Amino acid sequence: MGNLFKIATRNLRRYRRRTILTASLVTIGVVFVLLFVSISGSFKNMMIGQMTDSMLGHLQVHRKGFLASIDTLPLNMNLKPQGYKKLADILSKQPEVEAFSPRIKFGGMFSTFVETTNIRLNGVYPEQELKTVPLLPSRIQNGQKTLNKGEILVPELLARGMKVNVGDTVVIVATNKDGSVNGKQFKVAGILESVTGPGGRDGYIHIEDAMETLRMEEMEVSEVAIRLKDFSRLYAFTEKLDGLLSGELSKQGKPVFEVHNWEKLSPFYNIARLIDIMSFFMKIMLIAVVLISIMNVMIMAVYERIREIGTIAAIGTLPRKILSMFLVEGFCLGAMGAIAGNILGAIIIVIINHSGITFSFGRQTGLVLSATMAPTDVLVISLIVIFISVIASLQPAFKASRMEPIRALRHV
Amino acid sequence: MSLIVAENISKDYQVGEVTVRALNGVSFEVEPASFISFVGPSGSGKTTLLNLIGCLDKPTEGSLMVAGTDVFGLDRKEAASFRGDNLGFIFQDFNLIPVLTVFENIEYPLLMVQKVSSEDRKKRVMTLLEAVGMIDQKDKYPDQISGGQKQRVAVARALVTNPKLVLADEPTANLDHKTAYLVIELMKKMRDQFQTTFIFSTHDQKIVGEAEILYTLEDGQITGEQKKGGKKNG
Repeated sequence: MGNLFKIATRNLRRYRRRTILTASLVTIGVVFVLLFVSISGSFKNMMIGQMTDSMLGHLQVHRKGFLASIDTLPLNMNLKPQGYKKLADILSKQPEVEAFSPRIKFGGMFSTFVETTNIRLNGVYPEQELKTVPLLPSRIQNGQKTLNKGEILVPELLARGMKVNVGDTVVIVATNKDGSVNGKQFKVAGILESVTGPGGRDGYIHIEDAMETLRMEEMEVSEVAIRLKDFSRLYAFTEKLDGLLSGELSKQGKPVFEVHNWEKLSPFYNIARLIDIMSFFMKIMLIAVVLISIMNVMIMAVYERIREIGTIAAIGTLPRKILSMFLVEGFCLGAMGAIAGNILGAIIIVIINHSGITFSFGRQTGLVLSATMAPTDVLVISLIVIFISVIASLQPAFKASRMEPIRALRHV
Repeated sequence: MSLIVAENISKDYQVGEVTVRALNGVSFEVEPASFISFVGPSGSGKTTLLNLIGCLDKPTEGSLMVAGTDVFGLDRKEAASFRGDNLGFIFQDFNLIPVLTVFENIEYPLLMVQKVSSEDRKKRVMTLLEAVGMIDQKDKYPDQISGGQKQRVAVARALVTNPKLVLADEPTANLDHKTAYLVIELMKKMRDQFQTTFIFSTHDQKIVGEAEILYTLEDGQITGEQKKGGKKNG
């Protein structure tokens, strides 16, 4: 095998300019795909991380049917106390779960005594919530990074519109599920930055304050957000939890719970899918570039070396050895392009990260573009390039191996 | 036992719609360690005959035993293996592999055709380099040496696998007379040293005298057989 590589590299060196041109084409293709995959992938992962870690959690459990009417935040669709107890019991026994946080979601009126507007609120246990969505404090622009009873975290757009500052007193008025109206005073503890997606402009209060406002005697939660220890286990755990909860039936024999991971909860999932599809098509384009350029150069290589092929066949080189010689040549050409592309791609990514390029997404501004080259991407792209290079060499190599030595030797 | 037994070999070629008979009922025998030349004008069938002996082509009729093997019955892969194990080739245009050095060109059949240990390989290549007088040029590439030197390398490459038979089709056609003579002398010396049979074709009247057995081919038939020291009509 070593000798095949020696001959292949020498042949590639023989036509140095052509080899450099072809390898450069492959390199450029690899660089473009790598940059696109790294930048878009990092952007996607960052946005997913922001959403799941500052708002959604990795997955959520609701009472069956709640999500379909989430826009109205129906209080009569909350989980009953015994339902939540069962759920909490199951979740606390799961080794995959890092933390979970019950939330009471409701809509109400937000009043500064001067002006009034509507607001959507999450009633949470601050400690559990922070364990479940650890980036939540990073969204608090002004004020304290914690939430105590009697305090409210106000979304920034609402705070700006209502001219509310940290320390101000506001009143929340809400209707409970029976239709009775109640109000409660809160002190503004912090102003909360918006994030893209549903729930990104909600305020936060303590769950006991929410129960008091809604005159709930027992806690009826709207949703339970769950954070996993390992995000990569998301699909497996969603399926597992779904299985565990599907046995819980109501008196009517219908399932009590519904489990959704972040993909079902955020429209960003469609953007993430689009990014994945674009990455896929970029890879297809790379395959086309590699296939055409390597095949072209290998056809030329075989055509130019017909007499040489005749000679080595005449002195007894077996057809499969001749086939291997050209396949190895294609392999080396592809590997050269892949290695150079990876190195160049890595250098460009380091430069991009050092130059601190920022971008905006939705209401979020000043997001720093921080691209990372995932080892799996590097590996997959390199393998694609090398595999396609070998495939592209297959036809010319096969032709070379099937050549009749006598005809090849006569070739001028 | 004869190294080659050819019986009534004929070969037809199709040129457009015309069938051309390149060989017509050729029969001969070759003993081991012979030094034989086929002479004749262009188109007499020399190359066709050498191609048949070299398992590079199949005849239309006849039978041919080389080293006890019916070579016409070999398939493509068997023929390649047979060539690698039993035959050496020397070409008119030298046909060295341009990306390999002199040493590597001679080594090539031992690497790619036969399986030989690296120590033995090196020993055999060095022995042949010395025998053909190219030891000082062993690290040069083919485009850095003269035509005569290239053919010396080709002779060494043909012999490195210890073949029973070396076939040389017009080995001196691209060489000046002096160099041609030296190459033929070298081939003869190699025959003496390694007891390998050499068959070469030529139309160069100045070097045909070097052959110990001379077959004359005309219009695809052997018209004369001449051994050194006498002449017998075929």
